Amino acid sequence: MGKVQPKGKTEEMRKIRTYQEVSHDTGSELLEQVIEQQERLADRLSQVKRLVAIASGKGGVGKSAITANLAAGLASKGFKVGATDADLNGPSLGRMLNVSGATLVDSADGVEPAMSPSGVSVMSMELLQSEADAPLKWREPAMGGFIWQSSMETGVLREFLGDVVWGDLDVLLIDVPPGTDKIKRLLELLPSLDLLLLVTTPSETTRFVVAKSIRLAQEAMVDNIGLVENMESHVCSSCGHVSRLFGTEAATEEHLHGSVSLWGSIPFDPRLGALTDQGDPLITAEPESAASVALQALVERVSKHIKGGKS
Amino acid sequence: MKFLCIPCDSVMDFAERQIPGDGTLAAVFKCGSCSQEVAMLTNPMETQLVSSMGVKIGGREVPAQPMELSRTSMEGGKEDVFDQSEVVSTDSQSHSLRVTWTSEAVGRLDNVPSFVRGMVKRIYTDWAQQNGISEMNPAIMDRARIELGLEDM
Repeated sequence: MGKVQPKGKTEEMRKIRTYQEVSHDTGSELLEQVIEQQERLADRLSQVKRLVAIASGKGGVGKSAITANLAAGLASKGFKVGATDADLNGPSLGRMLNVSGATLVDSADGVEPAMSPSGVSVMSMELLQSEADAPLKWREPAMGGFIWQSSMETGVLREFLGDVVWGDLDVLLIDVPPGTDKIKRLLELLPSLDLLLLVTTPSETTRFVVAKSIRLAQEAMVDNIGLVENMESHVCSSCGHVSRLFGTEAATEEHLHGSVSLWGSIPFDPRLGALTDQGDPLITAEPESAASVALQALVERVSKHIKGGKS
Repeated sequence: MKFLCIPCDSVMDFAERQIPGDGTLAAVFKCGSCSQEVAMLTNPMETQLVSSMGVKIGGREVPAQPMELSRTSMEGGKEDVFDQSEVVSTDSQSHSLRVTWTSEAVGRLDNVPSFVRGMVKRIYTDWAQQNGISEMNPAIMDRARIELGLEDM
């Protein structure tokens, strides 16, 4: 394709300076405001010792349940723990950590998070919505939501991280919604991430999607990526027999792309979902169960990471 | 985004912003050399795209408030989610002046949706402190509103 000439013009196109050639500041202050937002976020998160994201890429693998149990388990060991529900459209962390209906305090420094009975500071979209079963809606023009909605959700997540008075936390857990794009957006938003836990299951389809998330994180130079295989097996509550749920082999580091280590294998236990859904994380409600023991091992490993030891 | 005055080969400066209230926006830019002005008019979708970034063309009259984007952009927000009893100015440590609110001013604030009330109260309190005003009443609120250009609050 050649240059587009205005109709009737045959002379050579005039040269207009490009954006990059113009250094003059227009006074619109857009860039300054974006930089200020980034600085405010970085300043807030500088008080947090470790930032840990729990993601997958795939939905329905138990990210939120693992996040809730990890949070409760770490808090029970005396760590100062915060948990942000980055799933704005399908929030569940508030319910799982039993803070539904909590009031958020507008303080001088920002918004105080809700405090769970297990001692975890929590922020979730669920807390802001008037109706529990209402879908998230924005004040929007009649059309074009596909253009600005992603930007809006990223902005709100930035506020969940940067405008909440987290205080001096040992660890802030971020429950990331399904979709590899959500992981990418979070990584772009955060000044840094200490650990990305990717939740998978023994399903081939899930592993296929999680492989994409691993590659994305590796390309984004995330230093610490750990895999957590949920529903790894089923333990019979009567006889203790262990069986596989999906007919695939247990995850090994080889078929989970070598460089990524396996941080946890959680057996399927219907109580994990049932109790956690009721706001009573299994790890503290039924600490002797096989799933709780496995979750506790994950808590131990993350504890070492928080303390700065070799994980 | 920049506007170039082609005859002068000069970048135009931001001059004015107007929000008519129908979801559109007008931003005026002026050439520093020839004083030519142009208005950038955005449709509701384009206006929303800028708003979704949590920024304002031409800058802010008041600092960004905690969770401002969430509070001002969500529909169906819970009325009583924010407890504003602890709302003080953003900069309370560097200001010794305490601002008291008359019952009329508090009454007017009650007309503001609870979801954004704490944010609005803080903006007024900050402004009063910066201007050495110790009592907030409806007349002072009107003055602050004009000076701060609180078009969308």
